[in-house]
Amino acid sequence: MNATIIQAVNDALHEEMGNDEQTVVFGQDVAESGGVFRATEGLKEEFGGERVLDTPLSEIAIVGSAVGLATHGFRPIAEIQFSGFLPPAFDQLVTNASRIRWRTRGELTAPMVVRTPYGAGVRALEHHSESLESIYGHVPGLKVAIPSTPHDAKGMLISAIRDPDPVLFMEPKHVYRSYREDIDEGTYTEPLGEAAVRQEGEDLTVISWGAMMHQTLEAVENLADKGVDAEVIDLRTISPLDKETIVESVKKTGRCVVVHEAAKTGGFGAEIAATINDEALMYLEAPIERVAGFDVPVPLLSMEDYYIPPPPRIEEAIKDTVAY
Amino acid sequence: MDNSPQSISPPSVDVGVDPISQGDVEIETYQVVRPDGSFDADRVPDVDDEALRDLYRWMLLQRVYDNRATKLQRRGRLGTVASGRGQEAAIIGSGFALSQDDWIFPYGREAGALLMHGLSMRDLLLYWRGIEDASKMEGANIFGMAISIGSHIPLATGKAWGMQLAGEESIAFANLGDGATSTGAFHEGMNFAGVLDAPAVYFCQNNQYAISLPFEKQTNADTVAQKALAYGVDGIRVDGNDVLAVYNAVSKARERALEGNPVLVEAVTYRRGAHTTSDDPTRYRSEEEVDEWEKRDPLERYQAFLEETGRWDDIDEEAIREEVEEEFSAAVDAADEFEERGIEEIFSYLHEETPPELQRQLEEFRELLEERPDMYEYIETRPKG
Repeated sequence: MNATIIQAVNDALHEEMGNDEQTVVFGQDVAESGGVFRATEGLKEEFGGERVLDTPLSEIAIVGSAVGLATHGFRPIAEIQFSGFLPPAFDQLVTNASRIRWRTRGELTAPMVVRTPYGAGVRALEHHSESLESIYGHVPGLKVAIPSTPHDAKGMLISAIRDPDPVLFMEPKHVYRSYREDIDEGTYTEPLGEAAVRQEGEDLTVISWGAMMHQTLEAVENLADKGVDAEVIDLRTISPLDKETIVESVKKTGRCVVVHEAAKTGGFGAEIAATINDEALMYLEAPIERVAGFDVPVPLLSMEDYYIPPPPRIEEAIKDTVAY
Repeated sequence: MDNSPQSISPPSVDVGVDPISQGDVEIETYQVVRPDGSFDADRVPDVDDEALRDLYRWMLLQRVYDNRATKLQRRGRLGTVASGRGQEAAIIGSGFALSQDDWIFPYGREAGALLMHGLSMRDLLLYWRGIEDASKMEGANIFGMAISIGSHIPLATGKAWGMQLAGEESIAFANLGDGATSTGAFHEGMNFAGVLDAPAVYFCQNNQYAISLPFEKQTNADTVAQKALAYGVDGIRVDGNDVLAVYNAVSKARERALEGNPVLVEAVTYRRGAHTTSDDPTRYRSEEEVDEWEKRDPLERYQAFLEETGRWDDIDEEAIREEVEEEFSAAVDAADEFEERGIEEIFSYLHEETPPELQRQLEEFRELLEERPDMYEYIETRPKG
């Protein structure tokens, strides 16, 4: 079928709820109205009100009760309407979800997914536009997946639901409906913890994830005419990090640019640079460049476009790195 | 078979355990003017005729503002907006009971109360246009909009605590919806207020919906007001479509708060419009239900009271309407004239003194904009605000 990311998410939920009776979908406005972005449309009609529920406006209880439900043999798929509203539930992710297996020495586990749309660019109100993946990626025991294509959104979400441990599934809402592609019918999975090489090249490695993949690919395409042969990696999972793909690529190209929407300082680009430093320092022919959001909150809607790195900013960084 | 010490059967005789439950407390919904326009004369507030006329004018302004702002959004000239349609009595009755020294913690729908409190309509429109400068809420004791629902409740508690420590005769006044009462921040902030004897009033406009979730699924509690008892603070439940009742209730709550008793007020009302301009309520509620609440229109009810008491003849409704429509148009013109801003706006106000790394990011960005002036051309082609 031909699908957008949001349709692929919806398809994955339909598939896996059909495959596994232990799955339960809940969150704010997910049942009656099918979710504010329509990710859960039709689920209540198909699987009934016991497995598809609207919850009170309680992020702490949504995430915390998902942990409890998961320890009781169920597969909770919780939605946090916007990732900007996830911080109150950070406590539940850190204190409980991420370490329940560890602190009970494997007696209890939390196979659960928290789905949440993240990122700027949809002209929403304050607190609706954050990219805080590196904060969650820093929590040991918590997997953080960020698909960038409809195919991956479906396959990775099914993997996340089947994963034996908690997964934060961050969906790039800016491109929820911007791109379509043919995706496979039925059930399939895409592995978590494996990056995808979107384009092979020799001159440098460009790494990104989520919504920024699209600006990144546009920048790379614009420079292809000018003779820059870039290798492009879609990280797909922040944690666990696929170091092998990154290191192999940089060993080949000797140059690297990382692109992310989140604020630069402490962003995941720093972890990637450190990884390259650890494992491929002697192969580097230029400093690793980071193109990122500024170290400020995402501006209100009239200025938010200035916050998101546009293709020309990425192009400049690529040119500098190649020319170094 | 369970042979544990816990396996003995529970007692079948009555051993006198009698759980308390919510039905044990009767909670009155305070009213002055009944839906048919008849009223309780003893409860009419002791204010002059001009104030009673003003109340009507403000309610009409709220309605006109909501209509016009929604239309502006549809034409791409405002960002997402949240309407107060149907809640005019709750919004205006509460705003009218405050003093200019009080601090309002807004939740988004209370335009009229904010304007009454000293905010300019131009700035309110600029805020919904996503212009950072308007977040200053200049000239009025108004905190930032609580877009993260419920997050402002502890803030109001702290502000009230400060007022008490400073020996001031003012209160913190937080607006919230029914959805906010399910957040942890609400519970913790209310409990704190009770412990601190904070001069705060928490005004829950129970408009029956949090986006698509109806109140009966938001909580198993019959009322919001009863939650006050759990925190050891006072509670009032009031008909939120009765402007005089709301005015009296919030006046009383304010008086109690100033004596060191925080109050949770529940105004029972109805959100007749969408949650915001991004929402489509036909997906989750019936037209009949909306029609039913339209019959309880707060403006019509107040008009009936004014007619009944012979005050309506002195009110030129058409003239007021024209006046507020004109006020809105003038505010839009003023907002349109707001000068274009630079990228510095994104970087300013985060710190008192911009740290070197952030300064460097700003300078690099400036240089790049000079090198690539075409970089953001696409923004210009997008609709304004």
